[in-house]
Amino acid sequence: MTQGGRSIRSRSARRSTGTDRPPWPFVVLAALAVAFFALPFLGLLWRLPWGDLWGLLTEESSLQALRLSLVCSLAATAISIVLGVPLAWILARVGFPGRGLVRALCILSMVLPPVVGGVALFAAFGRRGLVGGPLYDWFGIRMTFTTLGVVMAETFVSMPFLVLSVEAGLRGLDRRPEDAARTLGASRWYTFRRVTLPAVRPALIAGAVLAWARALGEFGATITFAGNLPGRTQTMPLAVYLALESDTGQALVLSFVLIVVSFVVLLALRDRWLGGGPTTVG
Amino acid sequence: MADPTPPPPPGPTRNTTTRRRGAVLLLLLAVLGFVAGCGSDSDSSTGSTSPATTEAAANVTGTITVFAAASLTAAFQEAAEAFQEANPDAEVTLNFAASSALAQQIDEGAPADVFASADEANMTKVVDAGNLAGEPEIFATNSLEIIVEPGNPKGITGVAGLAGSGVIYVTTAPEVPIGKYAALVLEKANVTVTPASLEADVKAVVTKVTSGEADAGIVYATDVTAAGDKADGVTIPADINVIAKYPVGVTKEAANPQAAQAWLEFITGSEGQAILAKYGFGAA
Repeated sequence: MTQGGRSIRSRSARRSTGTDRPPWPFVVLAALAVAFFALPFLGLLWRLPWGDLWGLLTEESSLQALRLSLVCSLAATAISIVLGVPLAWILARVGFPGRGLVRALCILSMVLPPVVGGVALFAAFGRRGLVGGPLYDWFGIRMTFTTLGVVMAETFVSMPFLVLSVEAGLRGLDRRPEDAARTLGASRWYTFRRVTLPAVRPALIAGAVLAWARALGEFGATITFAGNLPGRTQTMPLAVYLALESDTGQALVLSFVLIVVSFVVLLALRDRWLGGGPTTVG
Repeated sequence: MADPTPPPPPGPTRNTTTRRRGAVLLLLLAVLGFVAGCGSDSDSSTGSTSPATTEAAANVTGTITVFAAASLTAAFQEAAEAFQEANPDAEVTLNFAASSALAQQIDEGAPADVFASADEANMTKVVDAGNLAGEPEIFATNSLEIIVEPGNPKGITGVAGLAGSGVIYVTTAPEVPIGKYAALVLEKANVTVTPASLEADVKAVVTKVTSGEADAGIVYATDVTAAGDKADGVTIPADINVIAKYPVGVTKEAANPQAAQAWLEFITGSEGQAILAKYGFGAA
């Protein structure tokens, strides 16, 4: 099944990978670009208080932020998968009027400045918000200044990554195995679970990892909507930002951890796509 | 059914296609990561101006970049207008944030000509780092008040009321002047309060209350005045109140030291002091 779906997209016989001899201006400009990306990290490594690294990292405030970041970003990723996969499926497969509009709306938060996202969340889910108001007045449910608020802010900015990735995966898929499954009497749900889902697994994994990485790094929407309290809403990026004013060493160490985690994720993702190749359905 | 694409010529192996797709995805990620980074940075961005170098003569010309405590926002905005009116060749660029954030930015080499702090501790940090030219000068004082929603729906009558159950109290981190002052007040009143959030600066505390997300916070009296009818104030008795002293100084790296000095003289002078008094600041 993989054969059909993929070969459609790979018509270009000559690919642009491999070894070419580059024009020399390219070498210079590309080197400049690499330096531009590498230098900030080198600078950070250079400023890092290597002696206190372990001490600062195992400080209760660091661990608290790290724990909270992990919990919230994983929760946001889980919600993104549960809601995002059906959304992606509908965007990819169901033609309905205003589909473009819906898609634009659902990925808007990806390009919005996160602070704006936070303000918008406020307006909807705050204690005086469109939905948050009645929720608070009737049931006493408050989302601002809570860990739930952090998860919401992170989900808001990260789900589009999953939706885009899965939708692209679905669109690039060969529909024939699904049609075959349906012809052979499989239900829609069974077909989705046993044929479609395995086929888009690489896209799903990539999307989930991207969404998770984005959630992990979320700052603007979180501090605006969920506030900042150690142990409850202060995630790593918030801790970095606030530690900058009090303890630069700790800020650098936390930044270092975030960079290492993100870098490892990217490398793993690359291996996933280059090394192992997609999971094939036999 | 399948895409109406012409049948593919014998394509490359699957592995290579995947390779290309992975590269595209990585590129997308890189771009988006960059955008996201820009977004989150924008809250802390300094009001950046290219340091204007002027052949400063006796008259005041060029740009003066003033880093000022968030609580000075309204007063300094008006002062800057008055100053520019008096000195048509000068332009004042204001950057408001928590004094702690500003001190850190200045020590990292941010292009500030003047630093006006809401406390002496953050000014001392800049002085100790050797980033201030000369001695700082106290130019204003401020007292503290409890800010509550209009009409005081939670019926908070004093500091003790902040500890009440169901009262959402917000403050800032202890490095931010108002956070330190608020903690001092609570300590003097012997009241323990668990904040719902540690905001970035005093204006964020005010916003959380005026937007209805929080019930109360301890802020400067001037902030309650500035909030107008969007908030009410509850007086904190003098014996547990704290008088905040605002020092100001010209930075060592000032791009426009003459003009910076002129600004300093303006706000310590009668006209500047009158504007500050109008917003509720006390005299030095």
